[in-house]
Amino acid sequence: MVGKPQPEPVNGSAKSGPSQSHLAPSSSTLKPDLLSNFSLKSLKLKTKQQELLIRIAILCLVYILAFITRLFSVLRYESMIHEFDPYFNYRTTLFLTQKGFYEFWNWFDSESWYPLGRIIGGTLYPGLMVTAALIYWSLRFLRFAVHIREVCVLTAPFFASNTTLVAYFFGKEIWDSGAGLVAAALIAICPGYISRSVAGSYDNEGVAIFALLLTFYLFVKAVNTGSLAWALASAFGYFYMVSAWGGYVFIINLIPLYVLVLLVTGRYSMRLYVAYNCMYVLGMLLAMQIRFVGFQHVQSGEHMAAMGVFFLIQVFYFLDWVKHLLSDAKLFQAFLRITVTSAIGVGGIALGLGMASGYISPWTGRFYSLLDPTYAKDHIPIIASVSEHQPTAWSSFMFDFHILLFLFPAGLYFCFKRLSDATIFIVMYGLTSMYFAGVMVRLILVATPAVCLISAIAVSATIKNLTQVVRSNNKVPQAGSSKGTGSSKGSSKVSIDQSQPFQRNGAIALLLGAFYLLSKYATHCTWVTSEAYSSPSIVLAARGAHGNRVIFDDYREAYFWLRQNTPPDAKVMSWWDYGYQITAMGNRTVIVDNNTWNNTHIATVGHAMSSYEDEAYDIMRSLDVDYVLVVFGGVTGYSSDDINKFLWMVRIGGGVFPVIKEPDYLVNGEYRVDKGAAPKMLNCLMYKLSYYRFGELTTEYGKPPGYDRARGVEIGNKDIKLEYLEEAFTTSNWIVRIYKVKPPKNRW
Amino acid sequence: MAAELRLGGAALILALLFSISSHCWLLTASSSSQDLQILNAERRIDLNSHIVKVFLTLKIENTGTSPVSEVLLAFPPTDIDRLALVKAAVTAGKRKKKTYLPLDVKPTEIPDAPNGAKFFSISLLNPLGKDENATLEVLYVLTHSLEPFPMEISQPESQLVYYRDSALLLSPYYVKQQTTFIKTPSTKVESFTRLESTNRVGTELKYGPYTNRAPYSFSPIIVHFENNNPFAVVEELVREVEISHWGNLQITEHYKLVHAGARHKGVFSRVEYQSRPAFSGVSSFRKILARLPPRVHSVYYRDDIGNISSSHLRTDYQKSELEIEPRYPLFGGWKATFVIGYGLPLQDFLFESSDGRRYLNFSFGCPLADTVVDKLTIKVVLPEGSKEPYVVTPFPVEQHLETKYSYLDVVGRTVVVLEKKNVVPEHGSPFQVYYNFKPIFMLAEPLMLAVAFFLFFVASIAYMHIDLTLSK
Repeated sequence: MVGKPQPEPVNGSAKSGPSQSHLAPSSSTLKPDLLSNFSLKSLKLKTKQQELLIRIAILCLVYILAFITRLFSVLRYESMIHEFDPYFNYRTTLFLTQKGFYEFWNWFDSESWYPLGRIIGGTLYPGLMVTAALIYWSLRFLRFAVHIREVCVLTAPFFASNTTLVAYFFGKEIWDSGAGLVAAALIAICPGYISRSVAGSYDNEGVAIFALLLTFYLFVKAVNTGSLAWALASAFGYFYMVSAWGGYVFIINLIPLYVLVLLVTGRYSMRLYVAYNCMYVLGMLLAMQIRFVGFQHVQSGEHMAAMGVFFLIQVFYFLDWVKHLLSDAKLFQAFLRITVTSAIGVGGIALGLGMASGYISPWTGRFYSLLDPTYAKDHIPIIASVSEHQPTAWSSFMFDFHILLFLFPAGLYFCFKRLSDATIFIVMYGLTSMYFAGVMVRLILVATPAVCLISAIAVSATIKNLTQVVRSNNKVPQAGSSKGTGSSKGSSKVSIDQSQPFQRNGAIALLLGAFYLLSKYATHCTWVTSEAYSSPSIVLAARGAHGNRVIFDDYREAYFWLRQNTPPDAKVMSWWDYGYQITAMGNRTVIVDNNTWNNTHIATVGHAMSSYEDEAYDIMRSLDVDYVLVVFGGVTGYSSDDINKFLWMVRIGGGVFPVIKEPDYLVNGEYRVDKGAAPKMLNCLMYKLSYYRFGELTTEYGKPPGYDRARGVEIGNKDIKLEYLEEAFTTSNWIVRIYKVKPPKNRW
Repeated sequence: MAAELRLGGAALILALLFSISSHCWLLTASSSSQDLQILNAERRIDLNSHIVKVFLTLKIENTGTSPVSEVLLAFPPTDIDRLALVKAAVTAGKRKKKTYLPLDVKPTEIPDAPNGAKFFSISLLNPLGKDENATLEVLYVLTHSLEPFPMEISQPESQLVYYRDSALLLSPYYVKQQTTFIKTPSTKVESFTRLESTNRVGTELKYGPYTNRAPYSFSPIIVHFENNNPFAVVEELVREVEISHWGNLQITEHYKLVHAGARHKGVFSRVEYQSRPAFSGVSSFRKILARLPPRVHSVYYRDDIGNISSSHLRTDYQKSELEIEPRYPLFGGWKATFVIGYGLPLQDFLFESSDGRRYLNFSFGCPLADTVVDKLTIKVVLPEGSKEPYVVTPFPVEQHLETKYSYLDVVGRTVVVLEKKNVVPEHGSPFQVYYNFKPIFMLAEPLMLAVAFFLFFVASIAYMHIDLTLSK
């Protein structure tokens, strides 16, 4: 693992000393460097070993740093699962550890999507749960009495640490070990990645980024070596990625694209042939073992690029063979033309037939919305309603990447300067993922490893060049006085030095500047992690009037109330955001949840929420609803509540039930809840449930009763009567309100 | 000493109608019961909380010829399941120098007891000779004896309960004179059974005095009154006491708390609850006090879905008080499960006995104030390598052994499990667990870790020095 010859002559330490004499490292350039060298020499460490030691020490520190920087939320709050989706993952992991793998694989969950239910084994990516369960079982086997919750909470930081190792090896593969170290350090604290991998954010992305980077690394390694073993490893990496996250589609499109680019640029080689074929065929077969993915690799339009490239590379191989047989260049040209035309023709016809017969499914809406940012807004409101699916603002790029944003183009420059199969890959990965990061906020995550790697190349190359200048200048006077060993190198440096007299000072200044920037990056990352990405969003914290910390634990209050004080078979209707949390923490059946697979069902809930109470009652009766849960921030000023999400309910409901029309809820295109609000708005179910008896409450001193602090207005309908529902529970800060649906009245 | 009745028997479904007719005691008369008579019986029934405490003062006299060493207490069969504890003491000396000597109480069976009445026998210190008399003080505690009526109340209503008893003391002996006082928590008494010489002053109801009643006399009464005190019942409590000889005693307590009063019905309105606390949900409670031993540390309070932030800990030299609030106020029928955990310094609880054995001296019972525990399980986790555990408890409990695996355990830890039903705060007396332990076992786990790290480094060194490449 050490002593891989560097492509460029760099300073002496990297060019490892010969192994025959270990007392005196013969790399003479190092010898007169520093006094400390003598002490190191007395420890009898070879240069190679010194370097190894330093490298391992740095990697260990980076590994630990990546882990502990993600623990802010545990220290500040507690060891708990964050957000929405992780609760589903936690619940399924719990099920897996309690009931075993086969029960899990065959699990039909009747607690969600009532009355439809959900086949869990066939509709999830099991990689995360299986990983956590394996960690849990092995810790239990080693007699560490951990709770599965702690394993789940710490899975993401653990995999983030592992990602730094992969980043190191990747950086080493595409550039050199210095770049690898810098990449590891950058990715360890990059906010773009931390946002999805803090302790408690137990989501697919946590392990998927590790799997993604590992697959890419192994594939690049396979392309570089042409080794079947590495290609096999990358196929398994791909399998792990497929089992972990739907983002595997990015891999199965990026790698063919990369292969295509290599083919077009005339970089076709046997290494590439071996790597791609092995990776694609085995990866595809392995991926089919995941039930959620199934036969998509041969049936869905999103995976067809990979298959096309697979056939194309066979054509290339065939042509290569024919070219080898045919000596006549002219004949070969003709053959080439015929073959390419017929290959493209056959491919086109096959694709057309597949599409027409319905064997190959067309691209899904999510895929379209990636290519065309405006697609979701017009066609799929349910995707557009999620805040993390919005196009990215410049500020969030700056927030998540900081100086990497500027280092990224510099890194691209270095990559282009030293073009190889590996650098082409990282350039393509960087550019495509940056485009996707611009389309959707959450895809910044996918871009982060590429940005870190490319920036690491920039940092490493720049600093290496600068230190070289500084050190060679140091050396020149000494070399003149004491030793004349570095003769040729020294003289060349002297000539450069003479041409630029201030080069050394300039280099020192630039080095200091680089260190300043990097230290700023570190501060920024720590600040972002602690301020923005470490709140669990289940527990809300605020500053009280005296600067003390006030905790709003209303979500768990309500969910625990549901869990303890409602019949075990009660069905709870809420907006889909809270579905996973209600099933995981409240242990009750929900109508819709965060797995938004059935748009009609969600639209029905949206329809109920935006109808008048009597119409809503019919819908709720038809869905067998016992309790309705709404989130309301009017008392605390919590702004991501259901009233603020209400227009999406109207839009999604209206998308399926045209009775619901968005303009009915707006006044001159304006969304209001005060006296000037639309009459339909003031009497719809959501408004009533949110503001029931709120008009009697004084929320802020000096304001009239019924003053909504989240929206800063006095509400328009203070006299709300409920006919078909009754208040069952309201949390202490009114954030969650639960209503019971009354049984139908007796007719006589 | 207290005695306890095993709840083994079948459920007794009997409408209690003891006739006062004389043939009854003639049929059931046992040899000793005729020798004794009760000169004066005074019963004070405290209905302030949901735990009913009855203080009974009996003045007995031996009218027979042979000395009597046992005194019987009779209970109707419906009370026997609710009876948590019976304690008796004999008084000696006069007023100021009055001393109480605890007496042994144990359940006994009397053949052909009328209508399935159950008995406890009090063993006197000195047998009572002919024409001698003695004064006994008896305390017995009943749980689940207040029946809410109406069964369901809405938020603004207050809770009314029934208490059923007899105006006359149920006793196998002839009672010369007796009085019963019933203390209610407030003056709000809806109704009570009126008999001859029934009197009500303030919060006290007085039945009696009645004179010269035959054995097994019974006169059912019913009191319907307001009781808004928290009806906090822990349906199940598991206390795990883990001993670490490194100096810590770790306690983990799993609670299933329920409000056992009148069930809440209909609306729960937060605005009512917040703005008019005096008139809204008066029978509900939101705070419970847990009395923990002094010098408690690392206290946590959580449930299945995470930490509960509403708790306060006050510590001083004498005691620690943990005030816990469940996530939501508990109305009738509402439940809350939670876990309290804390650490204690080992030297306060672990001692070495004279024969070299170690013993843990820890208090039985539930740390929550004024609660009934329907089922209490105490698990004492002894350190790995402990042998021959032996338990001493002040009252009979069911016990068995288990094995638990904790951090780095190889053979597992011995767990002494003690189980008891119907536990009230009066059960909070200490119990002891004796066991043998060699201190060398303390080093097992650190040594294992050290060996593991050593092997890891050896493996790393070996890896660095071994060249596994095939081709040179």
